[in-house]
Amino acid sequence: MSFNILLENNGERFRCSGEENVLLGMECLGRRGIPVGCRGGGCGVCKVQVLDGAYRVEKMSRACISEDERRRGFALACRLFADGDLRLQVVGKMARALGAT
Amino acid sequence: MALTGVLRPGHVALRVMDMAKAVWHYTEVLGLIEVARDAQGRVFLKAWDEHDHHSVVLRETDEAGIDYMGFRVDSPATLARLAKEIELSGLATELSWVAAGEHPGTGQRFRFTTPTGHVIELYAEKDKVGNGMPTLNPEVWPDGLRGMAPSRFDHCLLYGDDIDNTIKLFIDVLGFTLTEKVVAGPDQMIIAAFLTCSNKPHDVAFIRHPVKGKLHHASFILESWGEVLKAADIITKRRVSHDIGPTRHGITRGETIYFFDPSGNRNEVFSGGYISYPDRPMLTWTDDEVGRAIFYHDRELNESFLSVVT
Repeated sequence: MSFNILLENNGERFRCSGEENVLLGMECLGRRGIPVGCRGGGCGVCKVQVLDGAYRVEKMSRACISEDERRRGFALACRLFADGDLRLQVVGKMARALGAT
Repeated sequence: MALTGVLRPGHVALRVMDMAKAVWHYTEVLGLIEVARDAQGRVFLKAWDEHDHHSVVLRETDEAGIDYMGFRVDSPATLARLAKEIELSGLATELSWVAAGEHPGTGQRFRFTTPTGHVIELYAEKDKVGNGMPTLNPEVWPDGLRGMAPSRFDHCLLYGDDIDNTIKLFIDVLGFTLTEKVVAGPDQMIIAAFLTCSNKPHDVAFIRHPVKGKLHHASFILESWGEVLKAADIITKRRVSHDIGPTRHGITRGETIYFFDPSGNRNEVFSGGYISYPDRPMLTWTDDEVGRAIFYHDRELNESFLSVVT
């Protein structure tokens, strides 16, 4: 099964299989909108909030997603699998190091 | 002996979120050798040419990142002296001794936290288990190597806030040399520091970052640029999360590729780099040239290098 993914931030839409994570689905189609980091649930840059739709998640670093956030629909896109059409708000960001530059 | 005091990075302890996947990555992909597991479920590994018992420790928990990095010092007397000097310096916090045997085959470790929030250990004793070849009339590499098969754990790049006092701790107390730095702004503030305790371009490096205690990468050394290219093949063949490379750094001159373990901790394998003696003049890079300093070919920084840490 594949589903429609809508990114509220930039209006990007793409189809994603329920068997692959949403970030990989986006990357494979060359689409943009969710920042791509480690792809392993560890760094948190691909953090999204699911506004609408059925989904499941795999293990995500607690340093990036608290239990409370998880209950409120926050997830890392690299650990997020669609079980239906999804509407997502991208909340992760690239917090740059080298602060002075 | 001419190389004294702190000898080398001896181990890095990483947090992983799925031990089975992590062990697969660090053995089949990276090509380390599993040497032990303990009652806590930690897994200990080494690179093939390391004689010491282990250099990588994996601990399963619910977040990624680095627990600590350990450096081997030349003797128990040096360990005792440095422990005292670290305490007197006032530059480190949370000082403690970890009992001998807490790591298998390892003597007592002195543990402290740097001003950047990184836990660092010093130790003088770790069992020599060998590199799979005799020390009398050896071969040049052992049989049965898998994956990228780096010869040893080389360094870590750590991200944290107070790199000024951390540099001071490593230079003034631990005897490291600053080989290269990146400076920014009218005050020439140091935003990246590359520190060595040996003849290598770096044994540990720090980059200024708003959050304490972050890991940018743990790095392992290969023999040649050809092996770096083969590592790139393995990254694709094993469908490993790729970051950037193969490319070359201006800083250290290393030939490099970056990728992520299954929990998102960044790994590097690299080759090359210059030889650094303590009297080698320090190199300085300015922030307007930082792209070339980090990625010599692309000449621009990617967002991931600055932002993706565990």
